[in-house]
Amino acid sequence: MNARARLLVFALGALLLGGAYMAALSQLAPLGRGASAYADILNRVCVRERHITDVVTAVNFDYRGFDTLGEEFIMFTAVMGAVLLLRRGKDEVQAPQEDELTSRRGRRRSDAVALAGVVFTAVLLLFGSYVITHGQLTPGGGFQGGVIASTALWLVYLSGSYKVMRQVGPKPLVEAAEALGAAGYALVGLIGLFQGAAFLQNTLPPGSIGSPFSGGTVPLIDIAVGLEVSGGFVLLLLTFMEEVLEIRLH
Amino acid sequence: MLNIFCYSIAAWVLLIGLYGVVTSRNLIHLVLCLSVMETSTYVLLTLIGYRVGGTAPVFADIPVGTKAVDPVVQALMLTDVVVEATVMALLLALAVQAHKRTGSLDPHDLRALQG
Repeated sequence: MNARARLLVFALGALLLGGAYMAALSQLAPLGRGASAYADILNRVCVRERHITDVVTAVNFDYRGFDTLGEEFIMFTAVMGAVLLLRRGKDEVQAPQEDELTSRRGRRRSDAVALAGVVFTAVLLLFGSYVITHGQLTPGGGFQGGVIASTALWLVYLSGSYKVMRQVGPKPLVEAAEALGAAGYALVGLIGLFQGAAFLQNTLPPGSIGSPFSGGTVPLIDIAVGLEVSGGFVLLLLTFMEEVLEIRLH
Repeated sequence: MLNIFCYSIAAWVLLIGLYGVVTSRNLIHLVLCLSVMETSTYVLLTLIGYRVGGTAPVFADIPVGTKAVDPVVQALMLTDVVVEATVMALLLALAVQAHKRTGSLDPHDLRALQG
């Protein structure tokens, strides 16, 4: 199909899709005046019922915890897929090239960048753990904190070298963290079963409102998801870097 | 009127992303266009969850009962942002492999199945 015909098919499809989409949108409630009984009930009862002040986290890991387990495994599978696709092929060799491992191609890193990198690596790790462990109180949780914490290793590469990055985050450790996080979520779900309730039902004591230990199973799930997300993102980084710096055709 | 205008931003972002996917001549560009399409979901969900005068659904320092926006759509979006990032990595890995096998990033060069 040539470019013209392709564009014509797109224009027709876009008209149809756009028309149907707009027709559907016009049926929505006026902006900002929509009502959802589900949302209103959650906003009203969540703090009293679960002692969780961030309702978004409560929806994710408690009220709709089973859905999020599915989402988490989509992520797990996507990371595994990327790692599998970028593995060393039969016609390739994996040989670290010394000059690329110690310095980034032809560019000298300034001392200021190195110093800032060291400082911010610590700050990011701390902030990441804070966001992970306070998900039930303020905006945050495993997903957001995991991403923040994973960027610490990216900073190690930026301010140090590939070699240092591999030493700080060895692949087996990262893989174990990701797997542990993914399994941890499902294992937390079993707590409910052992207490005679449903899978992923929040049966642990809710604790006192505003305390980092409130929310029953939610902080545990936050930590599991944080491990998985940071492990997954770091694993992706390591895999892509390996592909660029180490794997060569014969 | 403002109403439809705001909602139609979601439709526009979806279609402009689709246009990019259809006309793309580079697999990496194509993956980014796909992520633009996905962004339209976030725009739509944010708009659906918005309540006039509503605050964030976090009752850490405001009393329960304060008017807040819909927490459910925010929760849906939040997981999707992270999941989308990893799915993009998967697609980019596919692009890397395609380039390795065919020596080209142009989707038009990927006509026949191989292997």
